[in-house]
Amino acid sequence: MTATHQNSAPEAPQAPREWHTIKLIENPTYRYGLIALAMVYFAFALSTLDVDWSRIYTGLPRAGDIFVRMVPPDFSRWSLLLRGILESVQIALAASFFGMILAIPLGLCGARNLVPRPIYLVARTLFVLTRSFHEIIIAIFFVKIFGFGPLAGVLTLIVASTNFIAKMLAEDIENMPAGQLEAIRATGASFPKLLIYCISPQALPRYLGVSIYRLDANIRHSTVVGIVGAGGIGQVLAATFTRYDYDFSLAILICIVGLVFIGEFFSNWVRGRLR
Amino acid sequence: MLTITDLLKTYPTGTAALKGVNFSIDEPQVVAIIGPSGSGKSTLIRCINRLIEPTSGKVELEGTNITALSHRQLRKARRRMGMIFQEYNLVERLTVMENALSGRLGYVSFWQAFRRKFPPEDVAKAFQLLDRVGLEGYHNTRADALSGGERQRVGIARALMQNPALLLVDEPTASLDPKTSRQVMRLLVELSKEFGTLTLVNIHDVGLAQMFADRIIGLRLGEVVFDGTADQVTEQVLTDIYGEEDWSATIRKIPEGEDEEDEDDKEIKPTIHPN
Repeated sequence: MTATHQNSAPEAPQAPREWHTIKLIENPTYRYGLIALAMVYFAFALSTLDVDWSRIYTGLPRAGDIFVRMVPPDFSRWSLLLRGILESVQIALAASFFGMILAIPLGLCGARNLVPRPIYLVARTLFVLTRSFHEIIIAIFFVKIFGFGPLAGVLTLIVASTNFIAKMLAEDIENMPAGQLEAIRATGASFPKLLIYCISPQALPRYLGVSIYRLDANIRHSTVVGIVGAGGIGQVLAATFTRYDYDFSLAILICIVGLVFIGEFFSNWVRGRLR
Repeated sequence: MLTITDLLKTYPTGTAALKGVNFSIDEPQVVAIIGPSGSGKSTLIRCINRLIEPTSGKVELEGTNITALSHRQLRKARRRMGMIFQEYNLVERLTVMENALSGRLGYVSFWQAFRRKFPPEDVAKAFQLLDRVGLEGYHNTRADALSGGERQRVGIARALMQNPALLLVDEPTASLDPKTSRQVMRLLVELSKEFGTLTLVNIHDVGLAQMFADRIIGLRLGEVVFDGTADQVTEQVLTDIYGEEDWSATIRKIPEGEDEEDEDDKEIKPTIHPN
């Protein structure tokens, strides 16, 4: 029975029975040409890199030496270590706090559906400008201006946090359903009332989530900006490397791992509860 | 009380959504605006409260020329124009009560809105209205936890909280099932009569329009092509509005001896509950 059922398909003239998947680049000449080009470039790039194998060869035993001198980690200067860690945490907290505050006006200005186009463009340009410099570059800049120490670190991370949180906030507001804004406008509410009655309740949970995420990121970054002299545990770490205190370096690295772990855990816990 | 004169709207893309719309309504009643998608129904009601700025023409409500108002005056005028939407457009993360009270945003101060401290008479009215629309006990429920019909009831309560002279209703039932649609329309019509508002309803469902509206305005390609009572809607009229189609099943069968709105409702009832 089933066999006849299968065979009973109509044998009328049919459309071509071939099928194929859609290739990213349909033209085979272009497709294979591009792959060949990429391979040629890779070979060329490798040849110009001028990898000095002898230096790698002599470096390997040095690496072994550093690792040997790292263990066991030396926690004897724990007060210096603790001070560095605390300073890093303070840098991260302060930067996150000011970043959160500054991000609100900037984020609102960066939302296309809220502000006139010129303001939007200025805010977006600011986003791009601050994003185009890595934190290390901004940190070097602030260290040059304000000297070594945590102030440069805080300022660097404020810039980065503000930019990050503001951008996320702006995107979040732009993705809000237009209808809600329309409905509140239709009641005769002014712009400030629209902000506090419609935008703030809708955007607040994600804003807090992003800010907590940024706090976690700031804890990690605060250890990095220290390396160029912007305070915190990173600065202590950089000093140990220059003085060949590798056992102390390892102690610091272990503490950084612990700190980042705690930050990550805290951030996930808070963001989990915000939903 | 509402007079629309030569209302014209051309979008920046060049689309002429309204090509000189004229009509006048003298007393509070329910007016349905029917017409195919793209005929300018939504644009028309949004031009009345200037959520969309009309290109030219005049909208007069209770002797006030809405089109000539400054932004500040417009906000004041909008308080008298409640709006109800197809997608309900509640602020999802706020409670039913907060959403209902948002209808008072045009009346209260910024700080009252910020602290959610509405005058006791507003709160009392909100409780009363929410009970009236059938949402007793839902006050502290978040809007995103409600069903479509319930959301639309909140939308109706919010609009009526404004103490409006005019209700602008944009496809109130297009996202609802047939039974809920009828319940919502019935509620809307009853409340319009109770509050003495003029109610303009954009509606796709010609049957619903005939069932509930005192007057029907047909729009086609941005022009009024029909303006009359429900009984005057014939197959020819529908062909004028929507184009050629077999309309015989769409036209409401007018029951004998029909005089009053309520009786009309009862006559129709058997078809409301088919199962």
